[in-house]
Amino acid sequence: MSDEQGKYRPLSYFQLMEISLRELLVEKGILTNEQVDAEVENMRSRTPERGAKVVARAWVDPAYRKRLLENGTKACEELGLDVPALKLVAVENTPQAHNAIVCTLCSCYPRMLLGIPPDWYKSRNYRSRMVREPRQVLAEFGLQIPENTQIRVHDSTADMRYIVLPMRPAGTEGWDEERLAGLVNRDCMIGVAVPKGPKD
Amino acid sequence: MNEARFKPGERVRVLKAYPPGHIRTPHYIRGCVGEVERICGAFPNPEELAQMRNGLPAQPLYRVRFLQKNVWPDYAGPATDVLEVEIYQHWLEPA
Repeated sequence: MSDEQGKYRPLSYFQLMEISLRELLVEKGILTNEQVDAEVENMRSRTPERGAKVVARAWVDPAYRKRLLENGTKACEELGLDVPALKLVAVENTPQAHNAIVCTLCSCYPRMLLGIPPDWYKSRNYRSRMVREPRQVLAEFGLQIPENTQIRVHDSTADMRYIVLPMRPAGTEGWDEERLAGLVNRDCMIGVAVPKGPKD
Repeated sequence: MNEARFKPGERVRVLKAYPPGHIRTPHYIRGCVGEVERICGAFPNPEELAQMRNGLPAQPLYRVRFLQKNVWPDYAGPATDVLEVEIYQHWLEPA
């Protein structure tokens, strides 16, 4: 195994365990290498652009927004996005309330809409402090929430997965969905950032 | 499937219990009082699933909303800030 500089390093404990388990599963005919490759490719193909598409649709279509808030899973399926197994709950930011998502127990994350979670989302620091002092954590992300805006932190402890529906930025009247989706990044849908419009 | 005992808006207390095993009720929320925000449906009990059992009957799952100041007595933010946690019915009692 070599790192980026081309130096050889021994495998770590978990790398070795992954290879051993995968080779055993293939050897015993439980999985094929092709299935493993296809699943890895499938995971890589999920990016936050999927979530941004959902947000942009909710911004331009009030009836869709309503359906999304009522049943996130069904609303994603409407856009042809498969959200396997788990139930999706969309939580809406308003001038009165700002939402943010964390999983204190492990690293539950809406992978079907946002892809692979960033390392900080899985860090002990974020997981322990987001439920305890969310305003300080958000400030460290560069987000100051006014005192008169309620903060709602969602601890994703069980079978639900969450996505934040941010507020549509001012100055984007008349924009089409594709252009709007370009304003929505991963952090906005976790709730540690808000989309920036042309006036910001 | 077990029937849902609580309705949205009802006050509930999280059991203050510390059984061993795979528990999806975070330690910090045990013993706290909140309000049912919604019923999420019913799901196989993860404590049973972790022991390779089928987890049935399915347990109703709730999203419970807690005021931050009721969770952390020294919470520094505004009194209106909230924390919402998913909790299975067998971890809740009327409050």
